[in-house]
Amino acid sequence: MLIKLTGGKVIDPAHNVDGVARDIYIRDGRVVDAPEPGAKVDKEYDLRGKLVMAGAIDLHTHIGGGKVNIARAMLPEDHRPDLCAATDLERSGCGHAAPSTFTTGYRYAEMGYTAGFEPAMMPVNARQAHMEMGDTPIIDKGAYAMLGSDDLLLSLMKDGADQRVINDYVAWTITHSQAMGLKVVNPGGISAFKFNQRKLDLDEQAPFYGVTPRQILKTLAQALHDLGIPHPLHVHGCNLGVPGNVQTTLDSFAALDGLPAHFTHIQFHSYGTEGDRKFSSGAAHIAEMVNKHKNISVDVGQILFGQTVTASGDNMSQHRNAAHADPNKSVIMDIECDAGCGVVPFKYRDTNFVNALQWCIGLETFLLIDDPWRVYLTTDHPNGAPFTSYPHLIRLLMDRSFRNEQLARINTDAAGMSTLGALEREYTLYEIAIMTRAGPAKTLGLRDRGHLGVGAAADITVYTEDADREKMFAKPDYVFKDGTLVAREGKIVQVVWGNTHVVKPDYDASIEKIIEPHFRRFRTQRMGNFKISNDEMCECGHGSKLHVHDCTHGRKQ
Amino acid sequence: MSQHPRETRHDVPCGFCGLLCDDLSVTIDHGRLSIDAGACPRATAGFDAANRALEAGVTPRIKGQPATLEQAISAAADLLRGARAPLFGGNGTELPGMRGVMDLADATGGTIDHMNSYSMFRNFHVLQNSGWVVTSLSEVRNRADLLVCFGTDIASRLPRFYERCLWVDDTLFGLRAEDREVVMLGAPKDPSLATSPAGRKAEVLACANQDLAQVAQALRALVAGRPVTGDTVAGIALADLARLAERLKAAKYGVVAWVTSDLDFDHAELAVQSACDLVRELNAHTRCNGLPLGGTDGDYTAHQVCTWQTGFTVRTRLSEGGPQHDPRAFDTDAVLASGAADALFWVSSFDPGKTPPVAKVPTVVIGHPAMQVECDVFIPVGVPGIDTAGHLFRTDSSVAVPMRQLRDVGLPSVADVTAGILAALGPARPSATRQEARAC
Repeated sequence: MLIKLTGGKVIDPAHNVDGVARDIYIRDGRVVDAPEPGAKVDKEYDLRGKLVMAGAIDLHTHIGGGKVNIARAMLPEDHRPDLCAATDLERSGCGHAAPSTFTTGYRYAEMGYTAGFEPAMMPVNARQAHMEMGDTPIIDKGAYAMLGSDDLLLSLMKDGADQRVINDYVAWTITHSQAMGLKVVNPGGISAFKFNQRKLDLDEQAPFYGVTPRQILKTLAQALHDLGIPHPLHVHGCNLGVPGNVQTTLDSFAALDGLPAHFTHIQFHSYGTEGDRKFSSGAAHIAEMVNKHKNISVDVGQILFGQTVTASGDNMSQHRNAAHADPNKSVIMDIECDAGCGVVPFKYRDTNFVNALQWCIGLETFLLIDDPWRVYLTTDHPNGAPFTSYPHLIRLLMDRSFRNEQLARINTDAAGMSTLGALEREYTLYEIAIMTRAGPAKTLGLRDRGHLGVGAAADITVYTEDADREKMFAKPDYVFKDGTLVAREGKIVQVVWGNTHVVKPDYDASIEKIIEPHFRRFRTQRMGNFKISNDEMCECGHGSKLHVHDCTHGRKQ
Repeated sequence: MSQHPRETRHDVPCGFCGLLCDDLSVTIDHGRLSIDAGACPRATAGFDAANRALEAGVTPRIKGQPATLEQAISAAADLLRGARAPLFGGNGTELPGMRGVMDLADATGGTIDHMNSYSMFRNFHVLQNSGWVVTSLSEVRNRADLLVCFGTDIASRLPRFYERCLWVDDTLFGLRAEDREVVMLGAPKDPSLATSPAGRKAEVLACANQDLAQVAQALRALVAGRPVTGDTVAGIALADLARLAERLKAAKYGVVAWVTSDLDFDHAELAVQSACDLVRELNAHTRCNGLPLGGTDGDYTAHQVCTWQTGFTVRTRLSEGGPQHDPRAFDTDAVLASGAADALFWVSSFDPGKTPPVAKVPTVVIGHPAMQVECDVFIPVGVPGIDTAGHLFRTDSSVAVPMRQLRDVGLPSVADVTAGILAALGPARPSATRQEARAC
């Protein structure tokens, strides 16, 4: 079947195309060359006057795994105002902060998103994450395995294991948990919390193991680099949410000694201690760091006002944050000598000084970083706000007068401490396309996503331009997933099952001589039963296809 | 699947309690199973029942008469098609089976419950009210230096708990079996199950389990340094409780464990709540964690799947306006008693004894092959982890264990049957109604 998208204004930053009217042809789910004259077009969409972009990619969204399901289970009151009935096409479910898996897939697709990546997959909980993502329709999925407080890594580091051994362990973990990358969360801190430590600074030795977060960061960043995995270490640093942590973040960057890294939900790690309340914006320092160093990328983790729920592997921080839970409940968990999790409902208020300044800090970060290829649009769903608020966030970035209207409504002390009102920058559509499509695809190594060149997967979103960017981005005219029209004017018209993206870095299989006894002696699951097979992935994902991406990105040992 | 008449498999997961031990060795001889290593009373009972199924000459039945699988599936679909408010109960199945039940419930506007809900909700009420601070089995194995059993001996329900999680010498941080202490609060059935390998008995501070909330609250006050008056609390000497409070504060990694089916009295959620409040208080001083134990008949699996697919745990009705969750109204017994269901669809594949409640409405049973039951349609299915592969969630909810097929004796899985019924069902609700009902 040959589909023709006729005459839309194409914004395709991967090919430096900015608003050029052209035709796009789709066959078998891929963008193809224009056919020979006279070839039969089976279906044509007249897109003259409309904007055409690749489908959007969310590279950091908590959509699957134990902590997300805990958030769902503990918050029936959040679901009830947003219930979704079954239709001929759609399964029933619920929306808002911790939406059901089916609703998650539909709503991403309705907004023109065609891929989402779960950023904190505990290896021991990977099956659950994949099962939940397997029940998330339409969009492509993938996940970053989480290491850095697991007792095996810390034991290896304590014993002075060679970097090559660590690399094999990292590669083995990514391979057998079926991951796309690696995230470190509060390096060493989740383990330290199990020893009753409540804070672990960058150069503080972790209890029992004696290694520091600085060493863990460096070791894992080196591993990803050596293994040639496209996406560099995904870093959730020390001291999340603590005033003054901007210095920790800058020091963490320095700890990498020039290795590439992605600093995630950077807003939560950009706090200074200036002012009467000892809480201030560190966004300018962070932006300066990113602007200066091309091997660093960030996503923002913007907060937006209203009810949400925070779900993190960082149980040390979440135990501290539980004091601010709204409604007043929280789940804090230590998990399997692997990691932990903390789920804390949260209500961000524009009248609250700290929340209002957090809002400013996120926006300052977006606006002060020059290169949109290295700053990605996220709310750290649902930690800063549910992903359904992305159109609102895009409007804040693209529309200064709208932004300033919102700024005028927030806590005046916070507004007074922020430089936001003086920032004149307005993101262009081209820049938005970079930070939501081309940029995430590039850092993740998704060569056939995030662009519209010949050979690309036909994940395509079509908008009618509207000065109200929130309205425009909320309901695209058409959304195609692998060539199938799945949504029209913000409504699902067909349900498909997206792909799962993984990497399978090479490793020396003899690493199992270390891993197998660790499972047998210390864990309550056998190594063979930990590994997730490719067949299992497909069974768990409604037959969704497993896409294995190359690991030839960096230096390879 | 067994290709050879006789073979031995290792590291086999067992699905008959929430520990999901995955270190069994099992010999399969012409479909007959024997456990060579890793046996316990529950595993043995489960495997024995699966062996009995070989002799039963099982076949689907429609109103008591033998039928083919296709006929039975068709009859079940007819029954569901005629129902306006079916109840999907039991749900003793593994992940693919539970997904299949959800498919059917969504297609028919059904209500979903689980046979263990009466017990699980003692935890869910607390999860939804306050949340909790909890841990998982491997953490207990490596770190727990003081275990407080809250109204339970644990091992009557989860037989290998102490062997696998406490009486272990080889641990990450040098903790040895004899370094650990067990204190039982309340009325444990058999405290001797927690005697250490060297013969050290668990200390028991005895009271009625109904009084455990009061005891936990007193402990919490003692931990927080608040005054507690009187000489005893629920019959336990205050001095003994004060000593326990100090031990909990001094422990590096205390664990307070409970099994909700052992807290079998009205409003037992208040006892669980009090235990969780005690744990939270202790975390102001040291590390202490709750450990909710249980998990039979796929209950945690049903909870997980129903929660991620709908946002709500079981006792949820997939109504025309979207999922409605009501822990009281959608209790199986309440639904049947009130006449709010006009068909019962009962799934129970682990245990032949877990038959449906007596119901006046037409009933389909997707059951263990050795199950004896009278109903409109009976479809025998394979036993999870023996006849069918799939996943089960462990008691600590973070580990999903891949169950294996150990033999093929021609039994379909729950998922096979639900998929067949779904296909035979056709469009379940008039499409116009469903479109109009769309609320989001």
